[in-house]
Amino acid sequence: MRRRRALWPYALASIVLFFGLWQGVVSAGLVSNFVLPSPVEVLDRLWTMANRPFAGFLIQEHLASSFLRFFYGFALAAIIGIPVGLAMGRFRLFEEFFTPLFESYRYIAPLAWVPFAALWFGTGIGGPIMVIFTGAFAPCVLNAYRGAQLVDRHLIEAAQTHGAGEFRIAREVLLPGALPSIVAGLRVSAGLGWQSLIGAELIVVSSGIGYVLVVGQQNLSPDIVMASMLVIGLTGLVIDYLLRFAEARVRAKWGAA
Amino acid sequence: MVATTESSSAGRRRLRLPRQLLIGLATVVVMLAIWYMLTTSLGVIDPNRFPSPGQFFAALEQMMTTGYAGGNLIDHLLRSLVLVVSGFLVAVAVGVPLGFVMGYDKRAEAFFNPIFLLLRPIPPLAWIPLAIVWLGITDASKMLVIFVSAFVPSVINTFTGVRNVNRTLVEAAQVHGATRGRLIREVYVPDALPLIFTGLRLSLQAAWTTLVAAELVGAFLGLGRVLSTAYRDINTAMILLAMVVIAIAGALTTQALGIVERRLIKWRTGP
Repeated sequence: MRRRRALWPYALASIVLFFGLWQGVVSAGLVSNFVLPSPVEVLDRLWTMANRPFAGFLIQEHLASSFLRFFYGFALAAIIGIPVGLAMGRFRLFEEFFTPLFESYRYIAPLAWVPFAALWFGTGIGGPIMVIFTGAFAPCVLNAYRGAQLVDRHLIEAAQTHGAGEFRIAREVLLPGALPSIVAGLRVSAGLGWQSLIGAELIVVSSGIGYVLVVGQQNLSPDIVMASMLVIGLTGLVIDYLLRFAEARVRAKWGAA
Repeated sequence: MVATTESSSAGRRRLRLPRQLLIGLATVVVMLAIWYMLTTSLGVIDPNRFPSPGQFFAALEQMMTTGYAGGNLIDHLLRSLVLVVSGFLVAVAVGVPLGFVMGYDKRAEAFFNPIFLLLRPIPPLAWIPLAIVWLGITDASKMLVIFVSAFVPSVINTFTGVRNVNRTLVEAAQVHGATRGRLIREVYVPDALPLIFTGLRLSLQAAWTTLVAAELVGAFLGLGRVLSTAYRDINTAMILLAMVVIAIAGALTTQALGIVERRLIKWRTGP
């Protein structure tokens, strides 16, 4: 048996080195802060943006409008994607009809939908929601499909012999059986949806956290860009944490996927 | 005996293949027919919303001959393909060894992991504006964002593959006096290879998504540039064409990676 070495000094060294180098390089004047602002300057900029409107709104208002778009798109993807996936797992004809469509759809990068989304639903709230939807849809379908395939056939047959209709089978046998897999898919979905939203806002929108990024870029202000990246990263982390929590609850109640 | 082979999934799949192919073909034909009816014979869909098949093929012809948005199909495709593949290769060349070291040595993991935890939640697309501030609308800025997006999946999956390597094999090799080099070459690499390739596939997908986004934000040539120009011209046929080409290019590069994977795994595990 090897002796257990304490590992925390390495982790501490890493963090200290990362921020120390970053701050040091800027303080020493090795790079201009038009190129790389120091960590302190980024936090300071974030504080300013939280108190004075930038690009029309306070940063938390931009974040709120982004989050709302994200929520609608994500909810839509789940509401449409999960039943489609369950149906693919339940009915063979549907599975065989839908698989080729789904496979070809999967190869289209979500951001490639931006032009059509903007032409069809406008650049306000409809277009971005469609882009989030296209990003978040695939994992919803795929995991509901896989989950439904895992459901014991005998349970479905037992429900049928007791006279359950298709809707009741879906609600009381398929959905609970597939739930662990579905929730795992939702986590992947949320990550992709959040990322697609940033992409959509970079290209066509005039509010939201992605738009702040673009304005920061146009003003050549890396401090604004990096402060927004920080906010985007933290929000993504919170969304992931909430879904991880939901996943743990579902696993505890309905078993592992 | 007969009953067991019939109920095995391999046997069923072989029986189902023609049926699947038939239904797949039927799907495509039905979709094409619906597309033609809605856009051409019934004219329900406005061509400014979605193109008809005729317009789509006219766009394809224009793209092959005179070109659009600063080049013909080959120019745009090549520019995007070269950027994706080179950015992907650089990311893999750095990411796989890093993931390997992190999986092999707990101290390396403790050192690199905190930085990862800090940078990982930031979506790769959010790096695009920063890359433009730093490097302008150049190939270098696109390489940077492709690198960022393709790097993370390579590292994480290689790390997981190496960390979950079969302990019994490692100990058996050690007992027989394998040197560290042989241990890595003959136990760690072959055992982690499937997961490494899972990471590479995810990396490649991320590289395409990021490139399209980066070219939509700003580019002079490339498939994303076709998309953004067509959007400004409200040329729906060109938009659809660019999307189809992006999908096919993504599918082909993934297939190519699959071929490399099968070759490597066959070579590693022997005949």
